[in-house]
Amino acid sequence: MISFILIILTSLFFSGIIIRTKSRTSGRKGPGLFQPVKDIIRLFKKGAVYSKTTSFIFQAAPSIYYASILMAIMVIPLGEYRGIISFEGDFVFFAYLLGVGKFFMILAALDTGSSFEGMGASREALFSMFAEPAFFILMGSFALLTGHTSFQEIFASLHFGSYISYILGVLATLVLAMIAMVENSRMPFDDPKTHLELTMVHEVMILDNSGFDLGLILHATNLKFGMYGALIANLFMGSFPLYLTIPIFLGIQLLFAVSIGLLESFTARFRMNHNAQYILALSSVSLLIFLGVLLMLGQFS
Amino acid sequence: MAIIAAFIVVILLAVALIPWMNVLWKGVITVAAVCVLALLSSIIAAGALSGNHFEQLFRGSAITGPIPVRVDALSGFFMLIINFTFITGAFYGLQYMKAYRKQSTDISLHGISFILAQASLLAICVLQNSIAFLIAWEIMALSSFILIIFEHGKRETIKAGINFLIQSHICIMLLTLAFIWVAMKKDSYDFRAITLFTASGSLLTGVALFLCFFMGFAIKAGFVPFHTWLPYAHPAAPAHISGIMSGVIIKIGIYGILRMLLLIRCDYLLVGYIILFVAVITGIYGVMLAIVQHNLKRLLAYHSIENIGIIGIGIGLGCIGIGKENNVLTFLGFAGALLHTLNHSLFKSLLFYGAGNVYQSAHTMDIEKLGGLGKRMPHSSVLFLVASLAICGLPPFNGFVSEFLIYKGVFSGLQGSDKLLLSGIVGALFGLPLIGGLAMLCFTKAYGTVFLGRARHAPDQLPREAGAGKLIPMYAVLLLIIGIGLFPQIFITALDRPLALFTGINSTAGLLPEAGSAGNTISQVGTWALLFLLLAGLVFWIRKKITALKPVTPGNTWGCGYTGPVEKMQYTASSFIRSYRKLAEPLLLIHKKKKEIKEVFPGDGGQETHPYDKAEAWLIDYPLQRLKGFFNRFTFLQNGNLQFYILYGVVFITLVLIVPLVADYLLSLVKFLNKL
Repeated sequence: MISFILIILTSLFFSGIIIRTKSRTSGRKGPGLFQPVKDIIRLFKKGAVYSKTTSFIFQAAPSIYYASILMAIMVIPLGEYRGIISFEGDFVFFAYLLGVGKFFMILAALDTGSSFEGMGASREALFSMFAEPAFFILMGSFALLTGHTSFQEIFASLHFGSYISYILGVLATLVLAMIAMVENSRMPFDDPKTHLELTMVHEVMILDNSGFDLGLILHATNLKFGMYGALIANLFMGSFPLYLTIPIFLGIQLLFAVSIGLLESFTARFRMNHNAQYILALSSVSLLIFLGVLLMLGQFS
Repeated sequence: MAIIAAFIVVILLAVALIPWMNVLWKGVITVAAVCVLALLSSIIAAGALSGNHFEQLFRGSAITGPIPVRVDALSGFFMLIINFTFITGAFYGLQYMKAYRKQSTDISLHGISFILAQASLLAICVLQNSIAFLIAWEIMALSSFILIIFEHGKRETIKAGINFLIQSHICIMLLTLAFIWVAMKKDSYDFRAITLFTASGSLLTGVALFLCFFMGFAIKAGFVPFHTWLPYAHPAAPAHISGIMSGVIIKIGIYGILRMLLLIRCDYLLVGYIILFVAVITGIYGVMLAIVQHNLKRLLAYHSIENIGIIGIGIGLGCIGIGKENNVLTFLGFAGALLHTLNHSLFKSLLFYGAGNVYQSAHTMDIEKLGGLGKRMPHSSVLFLVASLAICGLPPFNGFVSEFLIYKGVFSGLQGSDKLLLSGIVGALFGLPLIGGLAMLCFTKAYGTVFLGRARHAPDQLPREAGAGKLIPMYAVLLLIIGIGLFPQIFITALDRPLALFTGINSTAGLLPEAGSAGNTISQVGTWALLFLLLAGLVFWIRKKITALKPVTPGNTWGCGYTGPVEKMQYTASSFIRSYRKLAEPLLLIHKKKKEIKEVFPGDGGQETHPYDKAEAWLIDYPLQRLKGFFNRFTFLQNGNLQFYILYGVVFITLVLIVPLVADYLLSLVKFLNKL
């Protein structure tokens, strides 16, 4: 429960921090911290324009997408404290829930009968598909290391001790952060600020959404950031008491947001046709983690 | 005894009656016979599932020896699946075949084969005498052949049918070989002889025997590289037959593999690795090819291969579990496999029925030509959508439950295992999500282009929703899909007895404590899936309440400033998967025809892709071509002169008569020389 509330809280200022970092690095003052949230609230109040081509799917998809992410957040624990949903193998449920949302967003994009949105949908489907094995191998490695198969038990019993484990922690953070970037369609896989439909991934999928639906989608993106940030934070919490975990959580979220801002300020996007390879390479990093775990368990001795 | 007698009488009666009726009654009698047969066999099957092992010994003939009919929980489980799919298929087919009501004789044959196919499938599940088993298997192969070639006026249909017939017989040949091997050693056709034979022989004999059976059954089930008949047969058959084939006929291959696992005592670990390896490849390869297909039914056919792969992963894990004496792994692996068998039979038949509706209203299966059917066929659209979600293994539907069990199996296999096992597990761990992701790409493509957007070519008449007669059986399937998705624990409990057969190989503990814990987790999955449905509904309801007050304007789709969007501007299915195709091209075989647009006043441009199967090209086409080349050298013999043919006959007869004589003479000569 506590992680759910914390992630919702984080989602309110996460984009704000990214935008503020980006404007600072480029020498501007930038908008206020809560400007993205204000934008979303404004969208909630607006009417909508629906294409005549679209059907019921287009209107239902954003709600299902939003619900799937809310549901996925409920699975995330906070150190020793379980999420609202917790059972053995809950991270499979987590990954597949996100899949449902994505499925519907892709369908909604195809529902518009547009020449651009199918393109974005195609890319998003491909990229997130390649990111999935990386996540599962990562969680499989942790399951092997700790002997547990639920988020909370894995994170609670994850201890860093030896040198290898520190490397594993770094690699796991990298993998999770990159998966977060893929899932949220941010740099270096997608540039949310691009102005050409042909070079967009996520933005072009939601070209036709407006009003309340667009607000839902934008907030869902923020929630997703908070969710992946929370996963990364959980790597470093272990079984600390609450008065330590909450600051750790918030600190890591802040760090995560700032580093996304820095990353987006100083790097260019990958070439679109090479994206899939880059993402599939994440799976090999995950495999590296798996080998590291084997090393720790003494399988090679 | 009475039930079996009634069973046979019903078959004979229906088969005798159907040819004399008018078209309507032919259909009605077929459906009635299917229902009665299903009812009769389900009584036994349900009894077996609830613990009443059914066994009856028939005297048989001098050739076959006694024929035991044994129905254990495993048979019972498969019989129930077969019956359910056949009933929905029969009711759906009754409406589907209305379009062909003028072909009266064809329909008689179709109805008779339909009943025979069901009866033979049920018989395969219960007969435990090799000869009787093979006869039932042959009836199944022939009747499904006749079912496939219903539209025999088309060339491709006949081609697909013959392809199926040949490959079915290769399958039978392999099975016969294996059975003969056992019969030679033990002089008995009873299946128990298999256990006796392998228990007395070395572990490796067991593995060899199992592999012989496995290859035979793999042809029927569609494991790569034995799958090549499948993508031809499914599109050629009428929709309800495709649904049944994909739903249960290929599953009989799975039944065969499971039955042999129960009977053959062998090195389960090795067998497990082999199955796991083949299955991961099958899963990935099947879905990789499914994505690039343009024909909706062919796409679904390749998905059957993928799902067989998932079932195979479950079986492989289960076998490893038996070998490692890890009962949790055994339980989860086989539970996933069995449940996925049931689930796949549900959503795949639903998808094929949906494809049938599309075919009969739009008259094409080419995805590139379809579009916007969702508005014209709302029911079929929703049904197809749910089935697509289910086949991608997404919650809250049934596909997720079985995949979740397999995932759980994978993770429980991780604990305390050696390097070899771990690499297998990592393979599964890489394969399963990749299969899931690719399936998602495939079904967003299929559903998105067929049902969403706008029609991509102008049909002669506007597509119409299918009638209630077709939709009701489809909704019945839908109900089960959602039921399993939300209340999976009921079905897991029903699986206890078939699973106990497998876990019982190592221990005789009966029902397992693992079952309880797995059931507990699974029931949580169901609860949370239900919550997800409610949450999505809630968000949608809030959205509706809020937006009801706001102005809503209909407009055009955003076209970058272009305000006259036409159908042609839509993203096509081929472009949707273009980036995937570019990546996967080295692994696939895609024939491309491209005409670039050039010069100032360009002519027509275009691109065509024709996906082909690399496994088929290498393993079927190439050897056949070489064989043909070899036999072509002897074409001079076939010169068309009758005189020569008579000469061949005379030469042959002379040889037949002379060779033994000469041989005899030579032998006596040798003896004589020896004496000297």
